[in-house]
Amino acid sequence: MILNWRSGGILLGAVFFLAVLLVKPIGVSTQFVIFDGILWDAINPDIVVLDENAKKGYSSPNAYLNKSGGKYAKNVANPLNYSFVFVIAMIAGAAISGLMRGGVSKEEKQMPEVWRKNFGDSTVKRYAAAFFAGFIVLFGARLAGGCTSGHMMSGMMQTSISGYIFTAGAFLAAFPIALMMFKKGR
Amino acid sequence: MSLSVILAIVIGGAFGFTLDRVGATNPGFIIRMLNLTNLHLMKTIMLAIGTASLLMFGGLLLGLVDPGHMSVKTAYSGVFVGGLLLGAGFAISGFCPGTSLTAAATGRKDALFFILGGLFGAAAYMGVYAGIKATGLLDKIAGGKSTLGPVGGTKYPSVIDGMSGELIGILLGVIFIAVAMVAPAHVFGSKDHS
Repeated sequence: MILNWRSGGILLGAVFFLAVLLVKPIGVSTQFVIFDGILWDAINPDIVVLDENAKKGYSSPNAYLNKSGGKYAKNVANPLNYSFVFVIAMIAGAAISGLMRGGVSKEEKQMPEVWRKNFGDSTVKRYAAAFFAGFIVLFGARLAGGCTSGHMMSGMMQTSISGYIFTAGAFLAAFPIALMMFKKGR
Repeated sequence: MSLSVILAIVIGGAFGFTLDRVGATNPGFIIRMLNLTNLHLMKTIMLAIGTASLLMFGGLLLGLVDPGHMSVKTAYSGVFVGGLLLGAGFAISGFCPGTSLTAAATGRKDALFFILGGLFGAAAYMGVYAGIKATGLLDKIAGGKSTLGPVGGTKYPSVIDGMSGELIGILLGVIFIAVAMVAPAHVFGSKDHS
């Protein structure tokens, strides 16, 4: 039920083009920060405050939420903005597609087959590795200012220099690590 | 509901649906792309970038695409370091930020642990951002928000002058598509790794 690379690639490319045509390039990883900010602000309402002097109308004592004139702070205060709703809709779109193709098997829901072949059935091991990987991926994405969507795909389609720098870094690490880790099942 | 929210629902929904249809929500496909046993996703991604590039730069030349919709990110050395970190986690788990969320949507539990780790990782970056900024790792290089060639209607600096940025974009789009076409289905392993 997976599209071949020709139709899949053209469809995916069309979506990236449509995003730029109608609004702006696709990006995802910033919304992890926005979601963190929403949770943080729910616990401590002083984290995002209205501020007439800020360029975007909001400010934060946290330097990251406060950067670019309070751009992130504003989105934390108003989650019904384009980028945040985009990510929610993306999750819904994938859920619909998953249901339409009959879902994922019980074994696959725990870990992919290639992981099982190399590291066994332990869900603790797989979930711990996924947690650790998620931590460094999002830390890295925020340090880089974008992820696979924003830097690699949206960046390179626009011939942006940062997109090539990011992609070089990502694959320079990803290929050797995957080749070392996943030797069985070739 | 504002127009921008409606567009977010339509484009975001199409993006999530497509990510699942091309197999990107399956971490097994991503790992097999990276250990070179199944390049299906690599070919898909390269064709997608090439197609999007051709359509966008062609649309810019024809005046159908608003150059103001482009958004070029700043280049700085942290982009490379962050890329290395992302690449490492990408290889270990088979997830990136977008595919972890969409994989969780199809019921994958390991993706939920990735997302939880991601929320902590993003929070950690929020905590250390001021310190990282002070190191100079975020200082712009190569002109900052730069593109390969100058693109009409934008103020992005370019590294190659004297050639239209739109034509460079179209040329690179063709190159991406050509590489997608000639890339092998796999380097290691047999064909039955679907």
